[in-house]
Amino acid sequence: MARRENPEINAGSMADIAFLLLIFFLVTTTMNVDSGVSKKLSEKPPADYVPPVIKEKNIFEVNINRNNELLVEGDRMEIKDLKEAAIKFIDNGGGEGKVENGVATGPCTYCNGEKSETSSDHPNKAIISVQSDRLTEYGTYLTVQDQLLRAYSELRNRLSIKMYKMPFAELEEAYKDDKDNESLKKKVELIKTSYPQIISDAEPTN
Amino acid sequence: MSKFRKKKKGIPAVNTAALPDIVFMLLFFFMVTTTMRETSLQIDAPRLPSASEVKKLEHKSLVTTIYVGKAKEAKFGTSFNRIQLNDKIASADDVPAFIINARSKVSEAEVPFMTTSIKADKESSVGTITDIRLKLRDVNALKISYSASKTSD
Repeated sequence: MARRENPEINAGSMADIAFLLLIFFLVTTTMNVDSGVSKKLSEKPPADYVPPVIKEKNIFEVNINRNNELLVEGDRMEIKDLKEAAIKFIDNGGGEGKVENGVATGPCTYCNGEKSETSSDHPNKAIISVQSDRLTEYGTYLTVQDQLLRAYSELRNRLSIKMYKMPFAELEEAYKDDKDNESLKKKVELIKTSYPQIISDAEPTN
Repeated sequence: MSKFRKKKKGIPAVNTAALPDIVFMLLFFFMVTTTMRETSLQIDAPRLPSASEVKKLEHKSLVTTIYVGKAKEAKFGTSFNRIQLNDKIASADDVPAFIINARSKVSEAEVPFMTTSIKADKESSVGTITDIRLKLRDVNALKISYSASKTSD
């Protein structure tokens, strides 16, 4: 009679199983990347600081009340319409741009707006002021900020495509990969200064 | 009796040479994907608002995080405006000390690149965020990031 030996388990497919598990985890896990809306705060003004006088027409006033409702330039508005309104305001180009280092930027040549007398003069003069209540929900506040930023990025994108046949995000990405490229840097800077993001947070009301 | 007589019949032993490779692979996988949380949350995990214009936060070592949300412990009340710094529930007045402490951990040249990430719950109120912002401005921590999840639209 043949002696029965203890048969060993064939583990040749163990690797396959492990790989399967590995791939499963790879596919299902979402890596927790920290992302957020970046913002640069303004520096603390000195005690004797006198704020410059800004023409009413160059300010786009957004009010959020404690019930999370929006008041834009005196009219009620839904959040979904905010982006369009902001674009219309920024891109109006109704007058002369501001004087930078003694050089006047002149009228906005790349704006597609209505050139209305009652709206902003130039994108570099257009200020968006967001005022919220202390009891406004943070979620709403951030959505508003996001919509305004989208307005800017849409305008920058449009200009970038017109001038360089390339979306602005791609241009920025290319510059990030190649930091020493002067011409790319110039392009990015030009677009950024053409539509500078001027969003100011007014002190909230109580 | 044939020349090629079968030797003692038996199943060949399992080759476990690849087993360490597999285990290492799994190990590396977990090492890469796990994000260590240095602080334990004293507040309920904030339900982050969503936004489309989000940027990824680079250089983890230069990011200090402030949490805002509802405290887990009942003694702090049920409002969504509790601030957590390090491991404790604190008030906005403690923010400057917290930032200065965080700065002492990085080299001086890197201080201007430090970012404060505010992880606040959707239902927190803007007043709390403003208080934090004012305190941050006092200590010149001007780069902030409102933590948000990305929406496709």
